[in-house]
Amino acid sequence: MNWFDDWALTLMVFIPLVGMALLLVIPRAQEQAIKWTALLTSLVTLGVGVGIAVDFDYDAGGKLQFQANESWIDVIKSRFHVGIDGISLPLLILSALVVVCCIIYSWNHFPEPRNPKAFLALVLLLEVGMNGTFVAQDLILFFIFFEVVLLPMFFMIMVWGGPNRAYASIKFFLFTLFGSALMLVGFLALFFVSKEQTFDIVKLGQLGGDGITHSTQMLIFGGMFLGFAIKVPMFPFHTWLPDAHTEAPTVGSVLLAAILLKLGTYGFIRIALPLLPDAAADWAPWIGLLATIGIIYGALCCLAQTDMKRLIAFSSVAHMGFVMLGIATLTDFGLNAAVFGMVAHGLITGMLFFVAGSVQERYETREMSRLGGLLTQAPKLGWILGFTAMASLGLPGLAGFWGEFPAILSAYNPAKVIDGLVGGSGGTLWTFRTFMVIAAIGTVLAAGYLLLMLQRVAFGAPKAEFENAHIHDVHTSEWLAWTPLLLLIVVLGIYPNFLFDVTDGAIGPISKVFGG
Amino acid sequence: MNAPHIDFHALAPEIILVATIVVVLLVDLFVKNKNLVPRIASIGVLGALIPVLTLASDGVNRSMFGGAYIVDNYALLFKGLFLVVAYITLLVSFNYIGEGDYYRGEFYVLLLTSVLGMTVMASARDLITIFVALETITIPTFALAAWRKHDTKSNEAGLKYFLIGVLSTAIMLYDMSLVYGITGANKLVDIAGYINEHSTPPLFAVGVFLTLAGFAFKVSAVPFHFWAPDTYEGAPTPVTAFLSVASKAGGFVALISIVKFGFFPSEDSWQPIIWVLAAASMTLGNLAALRQTNIVRMLAYSSIAQGGFMLVPIAVAADVGGNGDSAWAAVAVYLVIYAVMNLGAFAAVIAVARRTGSGEISSFNGLGRTAPLLAVFMSLFLFSLAGIPPLAGWYAKLVMFRSVFDSGTTGAVILGVIAALNAVVAFFYYAGVTRAMWLEEPATGTEERTLPTPLALNVAMVLISVVVVAAGVYPQGVARLGELAFLTG
Repeated sequence: MNWFDDWALTLMVFIPLVGMALLLVIPRAQEQAIKWTALLTSLVTLGVGVGIAVDFDYDAGGKLQFQANESWIDVIKSRFHVGIDGISLPLLILSALVVVCCIIYSWNHFPEPRNPKAFLALVLLLEVGMNGTFVAQDLILFFIFFEVVLLPMFFMIMVWGGPNRAYASIKFFLFTLFGSALMLVGFLALFFVSKEQTFDIVKLGQLGGDGITHSTQMLIFGGMFLGFAIKVPMFPFHTWLPDAHTEAPTVGSVLLAAILLKLGTYGFIRIALPLLPDAAADWAPWIGLLATIGIIYGALCCLAQTDMKRLIAFSSVAHMGFVMLGIATLTDFGLNAAVFGMVAHGLITGMLFFVAGSVQERYETREMSRLGGLLTQAPKLGWILGFTAMASLGLPGLAGFWGEFPAILSAYNPAKVIDGLVGGSGGTLWTFRTFMVIAAIGTVLAAGYLLLMLQRVAFGAPKAEFENAHIHDVHTSEWLAWTPLLLLIVVLGIYPNFLFDVTDGAIGPISKVFGG
Repeated sequence: MNAPHIDFHALAPEIILVATIVVVLLVDLFVKNKNLVPRIASIGVLGALIPVLTLASDGVNRSMFGGAYIVDNYALLFKGLFLVVAYITLLVSFNYIGEGDYYRGEFYVLLLTSVLGMTVMASARDLITIFVALETITIPTFALAAWRKHDTKSNEAGLKYFLIGVLSTAIMLYDMSLVYGITGANKLVDIAGYINEHSTPPLFAVGVFLTLAGFAFKVSAVPFHFWAPDTYEGAPTPVTAFLSVASKAGGFVALISIVKFGFFPSEDSWQPIIWVLAAASMTLGNLAALRQTNIVRMLAYSSIAQGGFMLVPIAVAADVGGNGDSAWAAVAVYLVIYAVMNLGAFAAVIAVARRTGSGEISSFNGLGRTAPLLAVFMSLFLFSLAGIPPLAGWYAKLVMFRSVFDSGTTGAVILGVIAALNAVVAFFYYAGVTRAMWLEEPATGTEERTLPTPLALNVAMVLISVVVVAAGVYPQGVARLGELAFLTG
């Protein structure tokens, strides 16, 4: 299997690109050919992903596997270095899986102005960027893939989006661009101040900020923080998210929520923490503070929404807050919870956006005051919404619980290297335990807004205007797209070690730096 | 006195260009079929590329006329760039000039003469040769800017460009005489030698300042940019493309030569000036571009801002190790990438103007629906200009920022922050055009008037977009060029 070891990741990144090129040469009128090409491309990519998962050495989850390290831009000492460990693997598989689901879902539901060729080409280009980000082990390569996702998402919102799409797409782009410009500045600064001038994430991780003065570390971390925090998005950089989600077409929302947001949190775990551990320890309480504010703020905003999609978008802010709280503790436990939270949020919120899209397609509105009685008109769709809402509010036994609960719990005992917001190192426990209590209140609010949404959309009798409307229950294509996600939500909920076993080995070396 | 040694291999590109100019003139006089003229011009330009390649492959540095004229990798890189740009300009102007009411033969003669000046500029290493080359570049373009005979705007463009050009020439010549008077040297290396051995009088700083001001006019750096938007708007669009790419690049090459080989050791006299020019060009260029409704004016201001980005590595070069080599390489790489993507944008503008007969940004409305391929091309070029990976522009921006951190001084970092903010602002107006193309409804009645995009223009756009994507995904090729030019030159 040597050949496969060397090439698997490269294939995973570039098969979608080949598929996209194929799509571009197929004439626009051949819709079936276009759809099948896109689906087969994504399936082959997923197949390679499954192959990687089978071949992955789970006993050495902390070791980079499937590495390839080829020369790329010698002049600036940047190399095409890819590899995965236990943190990347689940996210990579998730990305490949969600793309397949999205293409199946779009089969008969292309939003206006249709044009499946361009739409699917953009989806595949997105996959290139997403897969690439999760496997890149070179800062410049990471940056490129991180940015590659921007253009397709921008066009997806701008061309296929809702009425306010121009504003939303440009806002999305500008926020992210601003963050990534500062992130790139941080990368370049790191290159020149580190002991060995290199962009290699592995080597820089081994150096761990060695020889860089503390104030410089703080500044570089600040640049990276902005880049990643905008992508996550953390309060107060989240304002692009509700607009982008509300205006994006269903598939755009799903990909945005399920994968794109993870690029930010993944960046924290993969790059910001291991490369600049000292700065991370100093920034941690502030990240924790913003994460906690995000949890409560996101939840309160959810309670005030009347638009179903906007509500789900704000719930993302709250859920990503839990992930960031887990990261901010810098402990083994917290970081594992964060990776789990990322996967769980990807599955659950992705599902919620799928359902919201299907509801909108049937009722042509997302206003919850006009909806109601989904359970009587389309019982299966209603139950899926109910199930996913339960998963999202963190019901034990479903995947959402294992992201949220350990993250809260980890704040009880953060890493020793962190200083408290007040009272120096003595105040650490106090600080994080306060976060813990507030975050716990956030879960109650989450239950509140999700049940409220469920009650408004699914329960009761249909409103007069839709009383006689023919509402089709779940289509075959929807079943095909959703079943894998729903199954995974249950499987991960019942047997979370399925995922924790993979991530733990890779989290260990990172948290060890912080004494975890 | 012996006749100077002449290396004909080294001069071959220039000789081929001169021969082409003569042939074009004669053909225009005696042959009825005017379509022959641009074809001969294109063949001549491509022919001139051959000796550039052979010279590059044998790798010998050739020096002539007592070191005033040098053919090394640095010179060859820019000669190659100028010839490629000239070829693409010929492609995009073929139908524009052919179908309008223009003098055709003379157009190509003037264009090639300007290109000749550029190839000389790349090799020029003394003040007089630089001056002569610069004038050879500029004087034909005065006439080209006014090429739309019956259009007052075009006449105004030509006149304005002429007056400003002459003024800057006068200033530059006067101050070159100051520099010569103080250092007693004409060759750039001797000027550098003088600076190294003597302390320079205050008047020298005046000389440097005003010489740079003269170049600032040529590269339209703020605050010496006022002519650019009017001239660009009034001139025929292919000429504008040529001005904003080739002529600007010519000015940059002169600036690089004179600073790198001449003034370099006296960094206090030039560094602050370039710093201010860079910061002002980026910021004001971008802010003005935000407000434009005409696509050519917008691109004019955007090219001013891009010029500012290109000045950044020069401004920090003195603090970059190894005589600032990586900073110079950064300027060269930026210049090459900028030339390609900006030409692409102009090619697309010409194609759109053919369809709609308008230069307003609103004429791009709905292009994504009426001409999707053209809209894709234009989006590619604009996003590349904005520096969005994986299109070539990102690498230009990256090496620019890299030189800032390589230097690491406070001044450099402040300039870097200004550049970073500007990179984000610039996205706004590039995205504005994208938005018009993909989001707005097409104006009614545009469908009927559409002319198909001519072959030459399509070829140009395909070539450029291939380069833009390839250089963005695998920048090593371009990077290598920049490195070769400076590490061995």
